[in-house]
Amino acid sequence: MKRVLVEKDSYYDSVFLMLINREVGQIEGVTDAVVSMGTDVNVTLLKETGLADKEIEGVTPNDLIVAVEGESEEVVEAAIAKAKELLDKKSSSDDGENYKPSSLEGALKVVPEANLAIISLPGEFASREVKKALRKGLHVMLFSDNVSVESEIELKNLAKEKGLLMMGPDCGTAIINGKPLCFANVVRPGDIGVVGASGTGLQEITCAIEKFGAGITQGIGTGGRDLKNAKIGGTMMLMGIEALKQDDATKVIVVVSKPPADEVAVKVIDALRKTGKPSVIHFIGMEPGKQEGNLYFAGNLEEAAGMAVALSKGETYQKRTYTIDRAEIDAIIERETKKMSSNQKYIRGLYTGGTLADEALIMFDREIGGIYSNNQSKKDFIPPDPNKSIKHTIVDLGDDVYTVGRPHPMIDPSTREDRIKIEAEDGEMAVMLLDIVLGYGSHQDPAGAILESLKNAKKKAEERGGYLSIVTSITGTEGDFQSIHETRNKLESIGCVVMPSNYQASTLALEIMRKVEK
Amino acid sequence: MDVSNINKLFEENLTVVNLGLESFAENLNNEGVRTVQVQWKPPAGGNVEIAELLDKVDSIKAKVDVDAANKKAAEIINNGKPTVIDISTAGEAIPGMRKNLFLHAGPPVEWERMSGPTRGAVIGGLVYEGLAETYEEAEKLAASGEIDFEPCHHHATVGPMAGIVTYSMPVWVLENKAYGNKAYATLNEGLGKVLRYGAYGDDVITKLKWMESDLAPILKAALKLHGELDMKNIIAQILQMGDEGHNRNRAGTSIVIRELAPYLVQLDVEKEKLVKVFEFLNSNDHFFLNLSMPSAKCIIDAAAGIEGSTIVTTMARNGTDFGIRMSCTGDQWFTAPAPMVDGLYLPGYSADDAAPDIGDSTITETVGIGGFAMAAAPAIVKFVGGTPKDALNVTTRMYEITETENKIFQIPALDFRGTPTGIDVLKIIETGILPAVNTGIAHKKPGIGMVGAGLVKPPEKCFNDAFKAFVEKYS
Repeated sequence: MKRVLVEKDSYYDSVFLMLINREVGQIEGVTDAVVSMGTDVNVTLLKETGLADKEIEGVTPNDLIVAVEGESEEVVEAAIAKAKELLDKKSSSDDGENYKPSSLEGALKVVPEANLAIISLPGEFASREVKKALRKGLHVMLFSDNVSVESEIELKNLAKEKGLLMMGPDCGTAIINGKPLCFANVVRPGDIGVVGASGTGLQEITCAIEKFGAGITQGIGTGGRDLKNAKIGGTMMLMGIEALKQDDATKVIVVVSKPPADEVAVKVIDALRKTGKPSVIHFIGMEPGKQEGNLYFAGNLEEAAGMAVALSKGETYQKRTYTIDRAEIDAIIERETKKMSSNQKYIRGLYTGGTLADEALIMFDREIGGIYSNNQSKKDFIPPDPNKSIKHTIVDLGDDVYTVGRPHPMIDPSTREDRIKIEAEDGEMAVMLLDIVLGYGSHQDPAGAILESLKNAKKKAEERGGYLSIVTSITGTEGDFQSIHETRNKLESIGCVVMPSNYQASTLALEIMRKVEK
Repeated sequence: MDVSNINKLFEENLTVVNLGLESFAENLNNEGVRTVQVQWKPPAGGNVEIAELLDKVDSIKAKVDVDAANKKAAEIINNGKPTVIDISTAGEAIPGMRKNLFLHAGPPVEWERMSGPTRGAVIGGLVYEGLAETYEEAEKLAASGEIDFEPCHHHATVGPMAGIVTYSMPVWVLENKAYGNKAYATLNEGLGKVLRYGAYGDDVITKLKWMESDLAPILKAALKLHGELDMKNIIAQILQMGDEGHNRNRAGTSIVIRELAPYLVQLDVEKEKLVKVFEFLNSNDHFFLNLSMPSAKCIIDAAAGIEGSTIVTTMARNGTDFGIRMSCTGDQWFTAPAPMVDGLYLPGYSADDAAPDIGDSTITETVGIGGFAMAAAPAIVKFVGGTPKDALNVTTRMYEITETENKIFQIPALDFRGTPTGIDVLKIIETGILPAVNTGIAHKKPGIGMVGAGLVKPPEKCFNDAFKAFVEKYS
C-alpha cells in the first residue's frame, strides 16, 4: 500500500524535513516513508526505490513530496496525517501572528538595525545571500557547507574590503558579544578572545575556559578551510586576530585550527606576535612550539584553555595530564579493566564532534598506531565500509559519509545510537570513547538519548563474560540549557567514566588500552 | 587591515537575520537577541537556469542604471492622476477601433485557442453588433477570419473577465492628468448572466442594448453636469472604506452613486428610466470595478517603455494564457497557460465548473491595489482564504517585490502605510514571491457566468521569461 502526496510551492528546510521523515518512518506498520523537497536527487531516489513514479513527474525543488508505504490503508493514512501535522506545526508555531519576510531585503525592512546574518541554506544558494548580506553591511556567519573554495575566496575578499566578519563556510560555532551562535555554549564573559577554525574545538576551549574560572570576550569562527587552504590564506583568522588586538576588553588571545598551510601558519603567528597580547596557539595534531615572547603553544584543546586562563589571571601554567588525582585515575583504570575478558582488545571512539574525534584519533595513532577512521590522513586506514569498525576505530559521525539524508548527530543522536547498537555486538571491543556536546544547536538530551543503548552494550559485554569500559567527556557549561549535572549523573548512573575534558578522556582511554594490551 | 566594523559590532547589541534552520533563531530569541527569521525560498522557485542568470544582474547594473529606471517608473505610477472625463462609445473613443474588431482581455489569442467564456462573449458581441443574426451564425463568423481579435491592452483599454469590447459599446473615458494618456473600459453589466462571463442569450443582449440606449446617455449627461471625476481621490477613499478595488467594490460603487445622484435627478428624463438606472447601480456592487480598472490602466500606461526598468506594466489573462508586460521591453508579452483559481464557489458549483484564470482586472494588482491591498478589505478575507491577519500578511509580503509605497493610496490597518507599488520583476525572481491576485471565477462553458472567486497564483514562467528577456537585452 503506497501513497504519494505532492504539495506545490511548499518549501521546507531539509533538516526540518529529515526530522519529520524520521518520525513518520517510526510509525508502526510504515515500511518506507520519504518526506522531501522535489529536487532532482530526491526524485531520482524515489523512482529508483519504487516509492513513487508518475505522481512526481514535473515536481520542482519548491514542491514538497510525501511518499509513504505501509502495511495497510489505515497505516498510510495515519502516516500522511502525521506528516501533515508535523509540517503544519512549523507554520503555526507563531500562531500566524507575525509576518515572516521572504528575503534578506524584506527582513531588513523589519529590522533595519540588523548587524549579523546567520546563513544555513543549502550551499549552492548560500553564496548569493552572503554577498547580499555583506553588501548591506551585515557581518555573516555562514553555517552552510558545500561552498566552493573559489566562492569562499570571493566572499572573504568582499568581507575584507568591507571590514566585516565572514565566519565560514562550514562554521558551526561562534560566540559574539556573549551570545552563542548556532552550536555554542553559554560561556561567562571575561577577557579571553578566541579565534577558531574548528567548531567543536572552539566549544571545547570556551567551555574549559569557563571551567577554569575565566571567561571570554569573543569566540570568532573562521570555517575549517581558512588556514588549511593557502589560497584562502587565513583571511578571516587574520581579521579576527586584528579585531581582538584592537579590542580593549580582550587581554589574552587564543587561536585554534587544524594544521595550517605553512605560509599561513607563519602569517598567523606573525600577526599574533604583533598584537603584543599574550597569545595561545593550538594547531591540532602538531607538536607545540617553544614559548617565545608573547606566544604560547598548547598541545591539546584543554591545555590551550588552561594556558589562556593562567595568562588571564597572571599565573604560571602548570603542565598536567589530569586535573584529577593520580591515585583516583589508577583506581578507575583498575576498576575498568579488572573484569575485561581476554578477547577484548580494541578501542572504539564514536564521536559527534569532528575536532574532538581528531584529538583522540591523533593521540591514539601516535601512541598505539593503526587506528581506522573516516578522518584518517593515511588512506589505508580509512575503513572501506564507514559503518563497520575494524580493530581500533575512532569515527567522526558528523562527517558527510554519515550525514547524507540525516541530520548531524549532535542534532539527532539516533545516528550514534544505531552505531552503538552495532558495536555492542562486537566482543573484541574493550573501550568505547564518546563525546557529549551540550549547548545551543545540540540535542536537548544527548546523553539521555543514547543511555539505553550504552546500558545495553555494557550488558551484552557482561553476558559474554567481559566488561565494556565507556569513557566520556562533556563539552558544556553550567549555563547550557541541557543541565550538565544531569547529563553527568545519567552517564555515571550506568557506569560510564565521565572525564573533565576530551583530552583527559582520550588519555584515560589510552591508559586503559595499554593495560588491556599487556 | 581595517577591522573597525568588527570592533563596532563588539560594542553593539546583536540583531540577527536568520536564513535557514529556524532553531538557530529560536535559540537566539531565548538569549534575548532580536532575531528575524526569513521564510527563504530558492530564487526563481528553484529554477537553476534563472538562478544562474541572476548572477549577471550585477554586471548589467554596472552598465544600465536599473535602479534609477525603476525609481522613475515608480514615481510615474505614484504621480498618476486618473480622471473620468466622459462616457463615449468604443467606436468613437478608442483609437484604432473598427466594426469588425473585437477587443478581448489578456494577451493576444486567436479564435481557435479562445476559452469558453471568451468565445461566449464573442458570440454574444457579434449578435449585439448585428453582425450575425443567430448565435450559430455568430460562431461561424467568429471562426471565419473576418473578425479581428486584439487585446484590449493594445488599445489603452481594459476589460474584466472575457473583456469583450465591440464598436457600439459605451465606454468610460479616462485621462491621466499628470501625463495626458487616456484609458477606456466598458460600463459594468452587473451580476448574473452577463457577457463578461461568457454568457450570451437574448436577455444578455437586451441588457447591453439598454445600457447603450439608456444607461450610458443618462450617466453621460449626469457626469457632464457633475464635471470630471477625480479617480485618484476616490480610490484613496475606498481603500479606507473596506474596498480593495478588485473583488470588493461596494464603497467605490456607493461613492460614484453619491457623486452622480444630485445630477442624475436634475436630468430631464422619464422617472421610470431614472429609477431603472438607480436600481441598476444599486444592485451591482461591482459597478465600480469598471472604473478602478481603467484608472489603474491610465496610471500604469505612463510607466511603460522606460529603458532599463523591470517594473511590471501589465498582468492580464484571457482564460487561455496569463500574460505580463514589463516596462523596458515595451509591448512584448510574456505568457504561460492561465492557471486555475483557488477559491470558494457559489452554491451548486465546484472547481470542476471553473474556467482557467481570465480577465484584465489584474491591472488593479499591477498598480498596487486589488490583491496587493488585501489588508484594506477585511470583509472579503474569507473569500480569499483566511483571517484578517492573513490579509495583512498578503499585503506586507507584497512590499518585498515592489519598488515603492503609494503616496495617496493608504491602508488604515497598516498604520496608513501606502499600498505596495511598482512590481519589480527582479525582486520577484530574487525572492520567489509571486504577485498576490484575487479574482472572480467564470464557468468554463460559454453562457453560464460567475461561479466563484478566490486567489490565483500567476505562473512563474511569465516572470522568468521577462527576466530572461531583460538579461538578454542588456547583456
